[in-house]
Amino acid sequence: MTRTRKPGISRRSTLALMGAGAVTFAAPWVARAEAKTIKIGMPTILSGRVAQLGTSSRNAVMLEVEKVNAAGGLAGRQIEMVIRDSKGQPQEAARIARELVNTDGCEMLLDGEASSGSFAVHEVARDLGVLCIHTCSEASSLTADPKQHIPNAFRCVRQGIHDSIVGAGYAAGIAKTKGLKKWATCSPDYAYGRDTTGEFVLYLKKFAPDVEVISESWPKLFQPDYTEVVTKILQAKPQALYSCLWGGDLTSYIDQANIYALFTQMEVFAVNMADYTALTVVKNLPKGIHSGDRYIKTFPATPENAAWGDAYKAKYNEYPTNWSWQNATAVMFLNEAVKKANSTDGKKVAEVLTGLTIKCPFGADGTVTMRADDRTLVGYAIGWGTTIPQEPYVPDVKAGDWKTIFELEAEWKKSKGYT
Amino acid sequence: MLLFLVAVGLTLIFGVLKVVNFSHGAFYMFGAYFAMTAYQLTGSFALAILVGAAGTAILGLIFERVFMSRVYGRDVLMQLLVCYAFVLIFDDVVRMIWGPEFKSMGMPAAFQVPPLFIAGGVVPPYYLLLIGVALAAAVVLGLGLARSRIGKVIRAAAHNPGMVSALGINTGLIYGGVFALGGMLAGLAGALAAPVRSLTPGMGFSVLIESFIVTVIGGMGSILGALIGALLIGLIRSFGSLGFPLFTEGLMYLFMVIVLVSRPTGLFGKEVA
Repeated sequence: MTRTRKPGISRRSTLALMGAGAVTFAAPWVARAEAKTIKIGMPTILSGRVAQLGTSSRNAVMLEVEKVNAAGGLAGRQIEMVIRDSKGQPQEAARIARELVNTDGCEMLLDGEASSGSFAVHEVARDLGVLCIHTCSEASSLTADPKQHIPNAFRCVRQGIHDSIVGAGYAAGIAKTKGLKKWATCSPDYAYGRDTTGEFVLYLKKFAPDVEVISESWPKLFQPDYTEVVTKILQAKPQALYSCLWGGDLTSYIDQANIYALFTQMEVFAVNMADYTALTVVKNLPKGIHSGDRYIKTFPATPENAAWGDAYKAKYNEYPTNWSWQNATAVMFLNEAVKKANSTDGKKVAEVLTGLTIKCPFGADGTVTMRADDRTLVGYAIGWGTTIPQEPYVPDVKAGDWKTIFELEAEWKKSKGYT
Repeated sequence: MLLFLVAVGLTLIFGVLKVVNFSHGAFYMFGAYFAMTAYQLTGSFALAILVGAAGTAILGLIFERVFMSRVYGRDVLMQLLVCYAFVLIFDDVVRMIWGPEFKSMGMPAAFQVPPLFIAGGVVPPYYLLLIGVALAAAVVLGLGLARSRIGKVIRAAAHNPGMVSALGINTGLIYGGVFALGGMLAGLAGALAAPVRSLTPGMGFSVLIESFIVTVIGGMGSILGALIGALLIGLIRSFGSLGFPLFTEGLMYLFMVIVLVSRPTGLFGKEVA
């Protein structure tokens, strides 16, 4: 048998291979440049104890994205959301964020992580320079600390310090009228619980100087039995109780404190009570618990807000959460910024986003602003009120005053050495 | 008292089957979810408790016969792995059936009454029910094991299964029965806990750790030990939160260490021959 060609790879096949290789490797780039769709990546928590919040974030984003797409998309490009579960682990959140940009070709990130994860995603945004909007982390230092400032990252979330100022102002007013001088606190024993309680007490004493904290309890996160905490508070006989327990821990605590008739013996201030996830779950909600607003469709009392809450409920058969309105607002901001920039280029959009004010159903005056100097959300509806066991759950919310918030926030930043 | 019910099931299973049932918390969880569903469907609290207890007993029997009976006498690590796998599987099953969000069953109307003031302390009537049920369970179990024929067979099976089997008694049935009873006690605790605790997938885990502490303090395999251990842990938590609010958790473990150092078999445990 005679050979027709030499063994090994011929010049022709080498060329073909090289050509194929070039096409294979270049394809994503060519495709990306020409892509009609724009991919937006989103790491969030879709499993574990806080999965409900992550799911409600995804739901809100999809609700808004559908509207944007129906109206023609971002600068003519349809949005394709790529949403992945971080299981609430910071290292996983960072890995997913990186993968979304580098492998999936996402051009922007919505960071739907809780505080621990959002700092990790923030570092990825710093490294890759990709446009990133944090949509769930309330930790004040994420944007207050100048070390965290990068031109491509924004925070579209309420802030712990804002809540403490408004909550303490509201509580001090009631403390003065009702003569509540002896206070107790009961909050979960981790960074959020201790920071938020500390800030609340700091401002409460500032507004009502004769207030005294006579008992502190720090149950651990996800503790099943609060008997010893409840009896300890009852024995201390305070006139008022502050708590930043949340979710299942809060409902569990209410069920257990209820049978000790704790709510009839003192005024209770629970910042996280007025969230539909807790309000709709507690079967015997005591009347008159004071709470901050998380998301409630009756505050701000505008037809736009009510319509948004109803549309969400109609689509997902449950009410939105605090994380929902924040994520929806982030998509609204992106949509407006892209329109103004007339481009989906991350840098151009970031420039427009800085200092941008948009119309929004969740704004205190119908608008919200992405404050220019620290790229964080201000002007959102924030207030406190008392709960009743049926809809509308918090019939009368007293709105916080943004002028006071700005003044005290500036003082707080100075005291922390941020400015 | 709920801790006692969970711990006594754990200690019973260990005493007879010599298995450390790491998946015991899952039965507590199922008890709570079964009770909640039954309560929502029927509105009867008594029926809810019954369904919670009976449902987990059946589940325990199936679990023991199909899976656990295969790992008796095997390496402890193997038993732990099987149990831990089922902790994860059961959590996911609950997530699929009832959803990942937390739920609340609500206090039955009969117990929505003001608490009683006894000797300066505040005692909710519902907790009197819990104490009553737990004490009744302790008496029935204690007397049943000590006096009844079945109790004697169970104790014999714990000591020498080979001989019991040779006497024509079906040890498989005894083992399954004991496991079902243990599961039922955990389920009963879960059902009784449902009105005052939030229900989430994975809710059994923290209860499990505390019941292990109770059984270790009381002595593995001892019912009286579980009762005394649960009472001691309750007292430590209450006084700890008053005296050492930042070290309440630590106190429990510290107490366990002291007991283990002074009496390695626990307060009421017997020396293993």
